[in-house]
Amino acid sequence: MKEILSLDHVSFSYEAEDGGTRRAVDDVSFTVNDGEWIAIVGHNGSGKSTLAKLMIGLLFPEEGKVKVFLEELNVDNLWEIRSDIGIVFQNPDNQFVGSTVQDDVAFALENNGIPFEEMVPRVHESLAQVNMEGFLDHEPHHLSGGQKQRVAIAGALAMRPKLLILDEATSMLDPQGRDEVIQVVDELKQTTGLTVISITHDLEEVLLADKVVVMNSGKMMLTGKPEEIFAHGDELESIGLDLPFAARLSRSLRQAGIAIQGEHMTEEELVNELWTSHFSK
Amino acid sequence: MLEKMIFGRYVPGDSFVHRLDPRSKLLFVFLFIVAVFLANNTATYALLLAFTLLVIFIARIRLYFLFNGLKPILFLIIFTLLMHFIFTKEGALLIDWKFIKIYEEGVRQGIYISIRFLVLVLMTTILTLTTSPISITDGMETLLNPLKRIKLPVHELALMMSISLRFIPTLMDETDKILKAQLARGSDLTSGTIKERIRAVVPLLVPLFVSAFKRAEDLAIAMEVRGYRGGEGRTRYRQLDWQWRDTLIIIIFIILVAALIWLRGGR
Repeated sequence: MKEILSLDHVSFSYEAEDGGTRRAVDDVSFTVNDGEWIAIVGHNGSGKSTLAKLMIGLLFPEEGKVKVFLEELNVDNLWEIRSDIGIVFQNPDNQFVGSTVQDDVAFALENNGIPFEEMVPRVHESLAQVNMEGFLDHEPHHLSGGQKQRVAIAGALAMRPKLLILDEATSMLDPQGRDEVIQVVDELKQTTGLTVISITHDLEEVLLADKVVVMNSGKMMLTGKPEEIFAHGDELESIGLDLPFAARLSRSLRQAGIAIQGEHMTEEELVNELWTSHFSK
Repeated sequence: MLEKMIFGRYVPGDSFVHRLDPRSKLLFVFLFIVAVFLANNTATYALLLAFTLLVIFIARIRLYFLFNGLKPILFLIIFTLLMHFIFTKEGALLIDWKFIKIYEEGVRQGIYISIRFLVLVLMTTILTLTTSPISITDGMETLLNPLKRIKLPVHELALMMSISLRFIPTLMDETDKILKAQLARGSDLTSGTIKERIRAVVPLLVPLFVSAFKRAEDLAIAMEVRGYRGGEGRTRYRQLDWQWRDTLIIIIFIILVAALIWLRGGR
């Protein structure tokens, strides 16, 4: 497997208002390989958004190394590396630069000097990938939050990135918008093998990931597959994360003395477990 | 009230005027504004008015819609007309009724100035009615391009303008939200003396500014990570296309000026 991004003992501090410093990221190391979906979870102030900024060179680490596409990120290769990374931020309105959907999707292409003849097919193609091809001339204030975020994803895809970072991209959306966005990203990953890093505090989103990194006050607390992570239910709740409904119910059942096997991530798994649980006895 | 106002609004359409390149339209309107000052007699003013009405007809803008939207400005025009009637005291006396004395020259000057004003307002309104704000920005950017030589930041100005236009509805929504939030907290914006009312706007403006700065910061980050490094080496997604009809209206303009010069002179 090819390495896409790696953090090697990375630390970063912000200057606090009292003149001192506050560690936002403390000795974090992990690797993301080609085609993986990594979820970084943590409560507000856990340092997860600082991690995103370190990954695209908006901030540089105090200690340790950030390597993207096997190159260490520095001021000279910054722009070149950024052109291969797509990032979608939290607020749908504040990242919509163009005055219409197609202008916004073309924005990164214009910045990178892609010729006009190539821009047009790329804009259409990336909008089709997020199911927004019918909205070419729509203005941002006529779109829902979920639609705007899908346009933002299309804007990132137009550059044909190797890595897509979602920095809390679904946290300001209603449940429907959130589902639309998650579904689009999941489809993209299935069809194109895109590498995805999603930074979130929503544990439902984590279920789709191959690997999870749990952050708490700047440190990596846990890392592993989603089922391994959810086995630490109490620890997750102690740092202010909500378990998915199925996992919560499964835990409560066990606490109530009902013998059920294994961990249950989705409602379907749990239902299957429950209706077959008495067959063996 | 605001919905009725059409000054500066864009109404999509598919007429000859709509399909013109924004560059030729901008150039035409700008030159037309200068040319209006060539008119100095009945024939030339009549020509200008007739020409403007013809353009409205070609642009397929309904007269009722246009004049209804321009009501506040029409009021201003009528006001100027009356001022001229009353205060210009030259030429033969036309009406002498009690204290009202209206002179021939007053009527003439009043009508001329009103036509000039009306024609200017109509032409610029036709421009904004038939051209989307983003096309106007694009057109301005290309027309002003030669000024880059004298270090005028043309690209940056155009970008600022298009981002401002893009954020107007967003900030309007925001204002509405803040207004409702403050009303819900018992702030009173509609009563009291003018001083009190102005003071009541402060709790509306402060959160609006705070959020606008937050948005600006987010937007700057989003633009940077999407590779924005200024106008250097940038390509354009919006291509302008100068066609035969654009050359045609420039020719029409030259003919119009020639006619104006030929017709002007004595009264």
